[in-house]
Amino acid sequence: MPHWLSLMVDSFWPLLYAGVVFTVPLTLLSFAGGLLLGFAVALARLFGPSPLVKVARFYVWFIRGTPLLVQLFVIFYGLPNIGIVLDAFPAALIGFTLNVGAYTSEVIRAAIASVPRGQWEAAYSIGMSWTQAMRRTILPQATGLAVPPLSNSFISLIKDTSLAAALTVPEIFQAAQRIASVTYEPFILYSETALIYLFFSSVLSSAQTRLEARFGRHSSPLGAAG
Amino acid sequence: MIRLSGIVKRFGDAPALKGVELSVAEGSVTALIGPSGSGKSTLLRCVNLLEVPQQGRVQVGDEAISFDDTPRPSREAIRRLRRQSGMVFQSFQLFPHQNVVQNVAESLVTVLDWTREEAEAHSLDLLKKVGMAHKAREWPANLSGGQQQRVAIARALAASPKVLLCDEPTSALDPELAAEVVDVLRRLAAEGTTMLMATHDLRLAATIAHQVVFLEDGEIRESGSAQHIFTQPKHPRTQAFVSTLRETVLEDWSI
Repeated sequence: MPHWLSLMVDSFWPLLYAGVVFTVPLTLLSFAGGLLLGFAVALARLFGPSPLVKVARFYVWFIRGTPLLVQLFVIFYGLPNIGIVLDAFPAALIGFTLNVGAYTSEVIRAAIASVPRGQWEAAYSIGMSWTQAMRRTILPQATGLAVPPLSNSFISLIKDTSLAAALTVPEIFQAAQRIASVTYEPFILYSETALIYLFFSSVLSSAQTRLEARFGRHSSPLGAAG
Repeated sequence: MIRLSGIVKRFGDAPALKGVELSVAEGSVTALIGPSGSGKSTLLRCVNLLEVPQQGRVQVGDEAISFDDTPRPSREAIRRLRRQSGMVFQSFQLFPHQNVVQNVAESLVTVLDWTREEAEAHSLDLLKKVGMAHKAREWPANLSGGQQQRVAIARALAASPKVLLCDEPTSALDPELAAEVVDVLRRLAAEGTTMLMATHDLRLAATIAHQVVFLEDGEIRESGSAQHIFTQPKHPRTQAFVSTLRETVLEDWSI
């Protein structure tokens, strides 16, 4: 077995392990949390009272206007100065959740707002309350619109979790750095790492196709008529 | 069945309705006609409170709300009044993520807590009535406009409302498709469905309405039987409006 191949085989399991134990949970948990947060922020911006709208807008403005890496550093390295000490994984989780929440809130807001007003009126006209109309009529349609852009956020997030290496979270990229620092083979190691990210993002995002099929089944190929 | 009194509706400073009085007897059909912006759609939407008037009293069936007194009516009161009526929209507004029978069953399942089986059985009966039972499992996007509107009529009737409100039900349809919708509405009228409709469709108004009401600038100018309004209107504005409607059909056409 050539040297480069045995190096890749030897480092494959540590990298995969880091992916399964840290990258995947970090991605799934922060995306789930970010979606919930994004939904709440979207509702606040669309339907909330004016002070809440302002808070929501400030949050989105702040998160989208600052680098993710800086946000993570503030949470993990900065907060201890004011007495809030977090372990690396929870700190990363909070950082990614806040970040995902800001971006997805815009997607969700746009999706909800793009369901025609007539659909609300139709729902009200058959006696539904606001909550029923939202749950039964508006959200199912908004979901179909939001799936493709949310999938984009999700794939970005998988790759962005590599930034957690800087917070000492032993995820894929951190494992790669560790191995590279003792083997002195960065080209092989980081190329393999790229392939492993490719593998995880392909597996995790394969759900997108199924989701789009699920929410697109009522449309004709050229989009809904009428 | 419907009694509107002193209905005032403003959008910002612009008055849309200036104290409208209107009654619709049980089992009768009333058509609201008038130029665009005359307030007929707004008036119709005040009946199920998609537009909430600033003043006046709305009574539909056994429910009534007065808008003269503060505080404003509760959401629950608005919903109770709303459930007395069903509405058909110009642009159909079927729920695109639900198939035909799910659209019709939606109010029964979600609002009235029927089981899905009961709701769909009842919905199929209604779909038969509008000639759409064979498309029960179809998506709305795969139906013609006329078919979508017939499904929308079944959906509006599903929860057995006291009144059917129709907002320009044929205006988005070509004449042939409009004819199938008029046909369904005519049969419903013959069965004694109480209806209030806003329409530009002379054929629809002339053939099924017992009472025709001409609105202009948020006020009722004239009302009477369809024959009276279309053949011998008294008010000069009604005369002018009716003559423009009639110009759109053959010159020697008589109603």
